[in-house]
Amino acid sequence: MNLSPQIMPISTPQQRHPEHLPGTSILSVQGLSVGYESGLALDDISFELITGERMAVVGPNGAGKSTLFKVVAGLLKPDKGKVSVFGEEPGGHMCISYLPQHNHVDWNFPVTVSEVVMMGRARRIGMLRWPGGKDREIVEKAIETVELTRFAKRQISQLSGGQQQRMFIARALAQEADLMLMDEPVTGLDTPSQEELFAVLDALRAQQVTVMIALHDLKLASTSFDRVMLLNRRMVGIGEPAKVFTRENLALAYGDRLRFEVAGTEIPFMDDNCCGGEEDHHA
Amino acid sequence: MLEWLLAPLQYAFMVRGMLAAVIVGIISAILGTYIVLRGMAFFGDALAHAVLPGVAVGYLVGDGASGPVFWWAMATALLSAFGISAVSRSARLKQDTAIGIIFAGMFALGVALISMVRNYTADLTHFLFGDVLGVSSQDLLLTVIFGVLILLVIIAFYKEFLVISFDPTLAATLRMPIRRLEYLLIGLIAMSIVVSLQTVGVTLMVAMLITPAATASLLTRRLSHMMLIAAALAVFSGVTGLYLSYYMNIASGAAIVLTCTLLFAIVWGITSLLRRRGKTEDHARL
Repeated sequence: MNLSPQIMPISTPQQRHPEHLPGTSILSVQGLSVGYESGLALDDISFELITGERMAVVGPNGAGKSTLFKVVAGLLKPDKGKVSVFGEEPGGHMCISYLPQHNHVDWNFPVTVSEVVMMGRARRIGMLRWPGGKDREIVEKAIETVELTRFAKRQISQLSGGQQQRMFIARALAQEADLMLMDEPVTGLDTPSQEELFAVLDALRAQQVTVMIALHDLKLASTSFDRVMLLNRRMVGIGEPAKVFTRENLALAYGDRLRFEVAGTEIPFMDDNCCGGEEDHHA
Repeated sequence: MLEWLLAPLQYAFMVRGMLAAVIVGIISAILGTYIVLRGMAFFGDALAHAVLPGVAVGYLVGDGASGPVFWWAMATALLSAFGISAVSRSARLKQDTAIGIIFAGMFALGVALISMVRNYTADLTHFLFGDVLGVSSQDLLLTVIFGVLILLVIIAFYKEFLVISFDPTLAATLRMPIRRLEYLLIGLIAMSIVVSLQTVGVTLMVAMLITPAATASLLTRRLSHMMLIAAALAVFSGVTGLYLSYYMNIASGAAIVLTCTLLFAIVWGITSLLRRRGKTEDHARL
């Protein structure tokens, strides 16, 4: 895995907005509410993402994770509240990439891996133009970063689930996205594929790419992320995993479903001996 | 053999017909790949049928001249295309329902107009089933102009059409003008239908749009290759169909479509046989 930060020419500093600099807030969500006919999908959500951090969004089915991602990607208008990406309204920005849940595309579509990755550059190339040498170079490097070079000329149905996810990450890199939103990318992946995916995400972190990922696996969320957000329409908690994944918070988020949805996932805190305050309690 | 091939070409109408069939084959096959991949076969069929009232009015207005027929058909095709899109978007109907309503209504209007003027019935069957041998030099010129125009637009917007067809979510996140691009693609399909009208007619049009593209989809897994193979198959079918028509006295549109269908059947048969053999070999190896 090539981890050197210069491998992707994300964009030169003078092209960036001042808000894109490390350590500043890349995404700010304030008082966000979104309603569907069936009721509120998101109720008064506020948080910020810091440039370069990796945030897991967890919560039961129907907690509003996908809705949150769509609003941030600019695909869905919020009913209330303010979302700003790099200090601007969402949607005005090409710097966001959004991966919906698996199988949102037709895998039999006649395109190769490198053609899909090139699609990320569609806007940057511009209308009425064809990709140039620079675009091909960027695509090649993006594919190299996610270690799919061997598969670059394959039709996309010939990839495994993990390889398909990495292809989309390469596309986000080709898009020169600074903020990646991924909706349950590890669902259905075996452990080695998950590890490969996170190795790629580690490489992105070195490039100051901010990543927000929706997950079902609480253990993965608590071991592989800087911060986690526990969501159940309302914000239950946000912060370091150990501080967020307390028994009370999980009960709040999952309620009666706690046993049913969480039992199989081997969350470390179920033993009450790993999480922040509760360790003292046991000691 | 050479004589056999050259004999029909001593007639200018056969040469014009061949040229028309070749151009129409290329355009409709290339646009057809989008139709096949996007699952718009019913839309294409409906649009072709919806052109009929335009053809009828153009025929009546121009007293049988082909110029007015072309332009009236073009206007009707574009209107129907955008009408179908608008209705299926705004009304709370499923898209195929909206398409069915407009398609049947327009086709009925065309039949009604034709039946009001009995004399024209014979001539109008040409538009139902095509009359590629009746292509005039002026028709051919229009076919060439629109054919080139359609090809240029497809080349210019190749990557945009690819993105909106493969992954609309990406197109939306990239803030591409999806709606306008879709209307452009639908407009191109409408134009290609009008251009192909004389070759195969409204009722067989859908075959020109989807059959070569579907055959090509069995043979390759690259979009650009699929377009080239589909175009080659369509050109071959067009030319072969005309020879069949000349020597066996079959209606030209039907001959072309039957050739397309036969090619599909052969390719489908061979590829499924190969796939089955591949599977049994895998089993044997296990």
